[in-house]
Amino acid sequence: MLVSLAWSSLASRRKSVILTFLSLLISISVLLSVEHIRQQAKESFNRTISDVDMIVGAPSGQLNLLLYSVFRMGSPTSNIDYKSYETLKGSSLVKWAIPISLGAHRGFRVMGTNNSYFEHFKYGSKQPLTFNSGQPFNTLFEAVIGADVAKKLNYKIGDSVVIAHGIGNTSFTHHDNTPFIIKGILSPTGTPVDKTIHVSLNAIEVIHLSPTKQAKLLNNVDSVNTTPESITAVMLGLKSKFSTFKLQRDINNYKADRLMAVLPGVAMTELWQMMATVENLLRIIGILVLVSSLFGLSTMLLASMAQRKNEIAVLRVLGAGPSIIFSLVLVEALILVILASIAATALLGLTLWLLGDWLGATYGLFLNANMFNVDTLKVIAVITVAAIITSAIPAYEAYKNALHSSLSAKS
Amino acid sequence: MPNTISSASTPLAIHIDQLSYKYHKADKTSFYIPNWQVTQGEQVFLHGESGSGKTTLLNLLAGVLTPQSGDIALLEQALSTLSSKKRDKFRAQNIGVVFQQFNLIPYLSVLKNIQLASYFAKTGNTQIEQEASALLLALKLPTTILHKAANTLSVGQQQRVAIARALINKPKLLLVDEPTSALDAASRDAFMTLLIDLCKQHSITLVFVSHDMYLKQFFERSVNVTSLLKEESSKC
Repeated sequence: MLVSLAWSSLASRRKSVILTFLSLLISISVLLSVEHIRQQAKESFNRTISDVDMIVGAPSGQLNLLLYSVFRMGSPTSNIDYKSYETLKGSSLVKWAIPISLGAHRGFRVMGTNNSYFEHFKYGSKQPLTFNSGQPFNTLFEAVIGADVAKKLNYKIGDSVVIAHGIGNTSFTHHDNTPFIIKGILSPTGTPVDKTIHVSLNAIEVIHLSPTKQAKLLNNVDSVNTTPESITAVMLGLKSKFSTFKLQRDINNYKADRLMAVLPGVAMTELWQMMATVENLLRIIGILVLVSSLFGLSTMLLASMAQRKNEIAVLRVLGAGPSIIFSLVLVEALILVILASIAATALLGLTLWLLGDWLGATYGLFLNANMFNVDTLKVIAVITVAAIITSAIPAYEAYKNALHSSLSAKS
Repeated sequence: MPNTISSASTPLAIHIDQLSYKYHKADKTSFYIPNWQVTQGEQVFLHGESGSGKTTLLNLLAGVLTPQSGDIALLEQALSTLSSKKRDKFRAQNIGVVFQQFNLIPYLSVLKNIQLASYFAKTGNTQIEQEASALLLALKLPTTILHKAANTLSVGQQQRVAIARALINKPKLLLVDEPTSALDAASRDAFMTLLIDLCKQHSITLVFVSHDMYLKQFFERSVNVTSLLKEESSKC
């Protein structure tokens, strides 16, 4: 009864109530999205790489190396010698080594590697890459594509495509005399792998060749030397975790090439530390926006008290005690806040669902559009408590009104 | 503190004893009624000039205002012995109140308004809709207005709905404050006849407050508020 009364009361003040609702909706959406994206970004980044003990690349920041080798964001500053990869692979401490070679492309990334990638690379909780269909590449003009690439461009096994190196973009179109044949399609992983085209290391060299040389190669695979001279980075798996620091020191002091070894876990921690400041800033802004709109709610209810004097007098006469009047105002505030929370959750879920592909492609963020989780509930619980506290002001005003309201409706 | 009131042969609906009330604590003069009694089933016309204290008396009777000293007993129950929560419940269950205007919650339907009275009285009445329809018919209102919002009715209709709502919990005492001031002559007379008839039918004690001496003709007993306020007076 109290809820239905509060609902009718809100409905009778539709205009100011809808405006307050919108302001709550926006502020709750801001706060929820900051929290959700924070959580999901961490999860999304953490699942990108698993079981890789060390990443070796050209010296730069360890964060930089992590970002371009694992997340395929930004571009490598310089490369390392192909010979260094062979040396690392031959080391007695190393179990396996995956060479990777990236071009400075936008759009779908083209990455040169070898079959050890499909064998040893893991993501999430030590899950290996699996083929949805097809198999790893064997020859120069074969490619393995990620799940999103296949879905977006509608490619199937056996399709032939041109992978050309444009000025800033990778153009990737069907063509009559196209050299690359799609040999395999990977299962979805929710990591940047989904948006990558994998070819052999040699193929990366081919993409950088002049069109005449490419044409020559098509006729005879051995006519041009395509052995890579340099690659971008190497991912290492070690035989024993105990040798990690010894190997890292050895690599960093390697004389024949300028190398830097980073531990993914350590680099990831640095990434979080860097992001923590931004996170906190966003959080504070979110909280301030929420507080301001809760005050808006309180103001709206307080302003309505003058016009509701008669209403309160009537309720008093019918036997409603001051505490019921107090709860009535509180219930009105709660209805608004809870409805706004539900709407904000739905709005965010829908937005993330619609923008998911774009976020993944542009920022390497794979966000779960499902907003119904414990963290969302926690945020909503905090919002509800804050709403109760702020709307206690108008509720107390109504309570006082009720105490002093007399049967005379003249004033 | 005397909280039992001597029961006469006919039970009393209202018994005021040495009642004193100050509007503000600093006031020198106070509202004082030495003694006043209304027997159950009586219909009393309480008249007086504007500002003579009619509404204050009504507020005291309804238990919305509490006196600084003295006693009010309604239906042989001393109000001063009740906690404010119990007083609210007592009012909801035993007293019907109708104001000059603004009796209904404007955005609620007529039925919801009436249901609200029953909800706060906690009577657990499950047949409100039927009883409300019966009351509306008795008050010469079409039952089709049950689902209309209160603010879509005419003032006359609203006042009659207010009576229906005041009667839904079968109160023994009905307090009415200038209910006809917003009505024209014809609807005023119809309203008065209906009200008096209903009260007689259900033997409800009625205290009717007005400054309009014309309405005196509908009542057997009439009291001037100013005479109450002086020493020992209760006249016909």
